[in-house]
Amino acid sequence: MFAKKYMYLITLAMSSPALAQAVHDRDAVEKGIAIAAEADRRDSGYVDSEESFTMVLRDSKGRERFRTLRTKTLERTDDGDWSLTIFDEPADVKGTAMLTYSHGLEPDDQWLYLPALKRVKRISSKNRSGPFMGSEFAFEDLSDFELEKYSYRYLRDEPCGEHSCFVSEWVPAYEHSGYTRIEVWHDREEYREQKIEFYDKVGKHLKTLVLNDYSLYRERFWRPLKMEMTNHKTGKATLLHFNNIELGAGLTEREFDQNSLRRAK
Amino acid sequence: MSSTRTPSGVPSNRFGTGARLSGAILAGILATPAAIAMDPEKMQWSGHVGGEYRYFTDAGAGGARYQHNFSLVAEPELYYPVRASGDSLRLTAFLRLDEHDDERSHGDIREMKWHKVADRWELTLGVDRIFWGVTETIHLVNIINQQDFVENPDGEDLLGQPMIRLELVRDWGTLGLFVLPYFRERSYPGTEGRPGSALVVNTDNPVYESGTEQWHTDFALRWSHYIGNWDLGASYFYGTSREPRFDPMFSSITKQGVTTLRPVYDIIHQAGVDVQGTFDAWLWKLEAIYRDGQDDAFFAGAVGLEYTFFDISGHGIDIGLVTEYLYDERTFFISTDNDLSLGMRLTLNDIDSTEFLAAVVQDLDNQSRYFFVEASRRIGDSFKLSVEARGINNVAEGDPLQFYDGDNFIQVELAYYF
Repeated sequence: MFAKKYMYLITLAMSSPALAQAVHDRDAVEKGIAIAAEADRRDSGYVDSEESFTMVLRDSKGRERFRTLRTKTLERTDDGDWSLTIFDEPADVKGTAMLTYSHGLEPDDQWLYLPALKRVKRISSKNRSGPFMGSEFAFEDLSDFELEKYSYRYLRDEPCGEHSCFVSEWVPAYEHSGYTRIEVWHDREEYREQKIEFYDKVGKHLKTLVLNDYSLYRERFWRPLKMEMTNHKTGKATLLHFNNIELGAGLTEREFDQNSLRRAK
Repeated sequence: MSSTRTPSGVPSNRFGTGARLSGAILAGILATPAAIAMDPEKMQWSGHVGGEYRYFTDAGAGGARYQHNFSLVAEPELYYPVRASGDSLRLTAFLRLDEHDDERSHGDIREMKWHKVADRWELTLGVDRIFWGVTETIHLVNIINQQDFVENPDGEDLLGQPMIRLELVRDWGTLGLFVLPYFRERSYPGTEGRPGSALVVNTDNPVYESGTEQWHTDFALRWSHYIGNWDLGASYFYGTSREPRFDPMFSSITKQGVTTLRPVYDIIHQAGVDVQGTFDAWLWKLEAIYRDGQDDAFFAGAVGLEYTFFDISGHGIDIGLVTEYLYDERTFFISTDNDLSLGMRLTLNDIDSTEFLAAVVQDLDNQSRYFFVEASRRIGDSFKLSVEARGINNVAEGDPLQFYDGDNFIQVELAYYF
């Protein structure tokens, strides 16, 4: 009796354009999730990484400033990743270091070491949308990726440079994001992020990130050696150049505690 | 029992025993096999040199009457990684040359240490600086190092402390064990030193409780850990008090009305706790100590609250508000006995790292207050410009802040970092 009525409703609904749209939307959501999950799967299992990079901050008149940093990351399977970021330049912040235990949707645990005072400070991780070191990268742009942090929707296929890309819309599910949504271009061959567009609180296109010079590490993991973030509102840009990337170096948990923060060099 | 150090034959505390002891430790460190095979290419130099100008708004109530003062500062650091695992050697020297104050012209070995890192422990041998604590306006629990008071009375400039430190890193936290074989006296401005020339501390003639004077071996223990949103620390110290006691028995007043005091360094026991809770943009802070051995046993504490408005209207600007309540059971010679501080930190998060900090500490009993404003920004890639103003007003009769009467100043510093 119930089944019959249900079948009737479905038949009725199938013929309505609204439901056709709903089914289409559901497919788009599923495909969006599938793309993000596949990209995440391909980037999982590197265990740990050590990277050093230069950050070039360019203002709207083309004047440049440089920062050099190193980041160590430890992949965690049961929770968000752990990371230690060490500042080498400018010289006045040399030895400053930041330790982050990320927790996906929950607030991260974060400590900052101030070498002039020899002080380790637990800091609030609420600041997701603020700029990282005066750059065009917000803290959330550089944070650990976890699938639960966004809701997804596939938009279209589109050529992107020499590749063909899936374009998806991601909406942050975590609190205090500076974005209403972002659009992500993954190439179809390797699911590498090729481009990301960021839309601000009022839905305006705020920034574009372009990722270039992908190299293959340990025959499995693709990493971009260049990233360029352009802010369309201010005309400023930030370039990241990776000088050295090492995956699976054998880092231990001891390299991600408060002692390691104090002796980061 | 108190014993008194004879003034004769005492080396100047500026380049004195501390530096000689440090030299002995360095010689020991350099003799380690690891250091023999040093690779000069791995050696890293860093540090800063700077020039400072101070303008005092009044001629001052103490012995020193000048209103303009220049000084130079250098703090070079040499770092050598012994092994990739984190073992390292580090040497940090400090030198200040002051136009007027002979006591402020001083040198120090801030750090000279060999640090060994193992899987479940770490060992530091040599001279080091240690910071414990969470609050901003006072640093009650931080006791390992002596303060370089002549640099800044805020308790954040520390003299190098010779030590053996063993840290056990376990699931239940980190346990630090400290053996401190030598004591450093607190530095104070001299008769020509501003601010504070109305109070002259006779650093050439301190009073020690221990017959071994500066060679009393001190011990300390610290446990620290974090549990979820809470960061916890508990510490215990036995040895020579870093903070001297001032006893009217050991004071004199010159014809010019300048009070001269001999610092008294007692042997104390001190227990301390520090706690910070981090919730969203709120920081809850607590520091408390209980000290026995310096006249009557006493309790002192500070509780604080900090809230930060991040990325205000999407411009990347942060504004942080800090308030702290300071309590000290002592009444004699303590200005922070029942005080409330209010502060604001403005961080532009711009390319030049522009920052402002302003705070006022108000005595709730007698209306005395002190205040400071600090601002800084980078110039280019290697220079940093800092501006600072410090002062007092409304100071009540009998409050120790009186010794800073008429010493309000504005300071500009330009430093080159390498």
